[in-house]
Amino acid sequence: MTELLKKIFHFYYDGFRSMTVGKRLWIIILIKLFIIFAVFRLFFFHDFLKSNFKTDQERSNYVIEQLIKPNTNHK
Amino acid sequence: MEHFNMALVDWSRAQFALTALYHWLFVPLTLGTSFILAIMETVYVKTGKEIWKRITKFWMTLFAINFAIGVATGIILEFEFGTNWSNYSWFVGDIFGAPLAIEGIMAFFMESTFFAVMFFGWNKVSKGFHLTSTWLVAIGSNLSALWILVANAWMQNPVGMHFNPETARNEMLDFWAILFSPTAVNKFLHTISSAYVLSAIFVIGVSAWFLLKKRNLALAKRSIVVAATFGLITSLFMVITGDESARQVFKTQPMKFASMEGLYYGETNAPLVAIGFFEKTPSPTNPNAREWAAKFEIPNLLSYMAALDPHAFVPGIHDMVHGNEAHNIISYYDRIKMGKLAQSALKEFHLAKKASNDSTAQAALKTFETNYKYFGYGYYDNPHDLIPNVPLTFYSFHTMVGLGFWFVLLFLLALIYSVKDKLLQKRWLLYLALWTIPLAWLAQEAGWMVAEFGRQPWVVQDYMPTLSAVSNIDHTSVMITVFLFAVVFTVLLIAEIKIMLKQINQLKDGGQE
Repeated sequence: MTELLKKIFHFYYDGFRSMTVGKRLWIIILIKLFIIFAVFRLFFFHDFLKSNFKTDQERSNYVIEQLIKPNTNHK
Repeated sequence: MEHFNMALVDWSRAQFALTALYHWLFVPLTLGTSFILAIMETVYVKTGKEIWKRITKFWMTLFAINFAIGVATGIILEFEFGTNWSNYSWFVGDIFGAPLAIEGIMAFFMESTFFAVMFFGWNKVSKGFHLTSTWLVAIGSNLSALWILVANAWMQNPVGMHFNPETARNEMLDFWAILFSPTAVNKFLHTISSAYVLSAIFVIGVSAWFLLKKRNLALAKRSIVVAATFGLITSLFMVITGDESARQVFKTQPMKFASMEGLYYGETNAPLVAIGFFEKTPSPTNPNAREWAAKFEIPNLLSYMAALDPHAFVPGIHDMVHGNEAHNIISYYDRIKMGKLAQSALKEFHLAKKASNDSTAQAALKTFETNYKYFGYGYYDNPHDLIPNVPLTFYSFHTMVGLGFWFVLLFLLALIYSVKDKLLQKRWLLYLALWTIPLAWLAQEAGWMVAEFGRQPWVVQDYMPTLSAVSNIDHTSVMITVFLFAVVFTVLLIAEIKIMLKQINQLKDGGQE
């Protein structure tokens, strides 16, 4: 089992090391993932229903309210 | 409509459109190139010729660049569902959740295992195992696309579900009805075949550049043979699936169909507008209505395309807005009334439930269920607000179709001159192939615009309009993210193009033949 895990590790390790266009690509991937998860997700994309309501019951009540509220905001 | 809400809706739509548009720049190249790689490697394994290994590895590098830069751009769409489209996410939750979960699991296992073998496994695993991995990457990435397209198809043609008025959620009744709905099947087949076409054009275009520069001739010529054959077969399949998709749209989204053809008044023996231009000035009484400045029509073809009958009646926008008794078309005016009844009944149902008044609740539920089919229409008073942007839908559709036929011709010419070994003498064709690369992406985006603009104002056809799908959040933060996305994605796109061009330019000449 340990032998197999070692083989798998070396497979990936050698693979990453021998990538010819890898360095620049990895930098781009890491920056991109950082922007997506650490900037966009943290600062701009909170789950609206999860962060504003505690239970599914509250969430469904809210959405029903939104769906049937007086139609003054729509043409 | 109050200004604030419109700003929110518009910015939320702009945000989603921008993200989807950029995401879709990367995806089709991954879907199609993966199969072209698999075919090239199969030739290598079958013939044992090193040139085919070199060809496969070169295109695999470009594939890797595109994959690496494109990966995770789709995750932002999922963030947007939760933040900007929370009403929608709640409303469709169970339907959307299952396909997306399957997609996520499939993508994870495929990417962490077979991708690694494909990229790192040369000379480390057997030829057979490596080839199997390459094919599995191709099949897996395409199956991964299946699930998001199934979810999208459900929004265009909601089937196999039941709306629970107590929770305001749609519940899945029949998974197979959702998976195998004609809309889903055609959407998947048409989308992936168009992705194959784009990838074939990419391979032919880059190879044409090598031929124009008289470099890497062996690689370029062989690549063109594979890509032109693959492209010709898949482009013909794309035409067939596109034709069937149009028929599905006619059945399930007749307003979108009429907009695709700019058909204001329905007719029997309807001609197809092959080429047409609208007048610039919209009618003052109906801003969506346009007159033709010029058009070239093919008699009866629209009727045939819609119903496989050259004499069939094809309803126009006017027929749907005002109704057409002779053809059993309920007017939008009546649908709006029934939609409002459904909405009032839902409200009454909840009030009666709160008051523990079971008989009133049951009566309200019955009214709701009778009229639920038109629930979304109840948000509107003016039926003209239920018409999509006709010129945009029309031009997008005709751009997509026109380019599609050009691609078929390009593949045919490339294949003929490849077989005759006269490609080097046909420099005009090589230039055309090179300049067709951006057109392939233009066709992809035009197709997406037909699907998404053409279905407006619906997020979920007939049930939920875009207006009622958005979250009640501050539109300024949405606006900021639109600009942030525009910057980040543009940087990514420039990085991809630069790295790819460098790789293409750096490829050492591997000999003439």
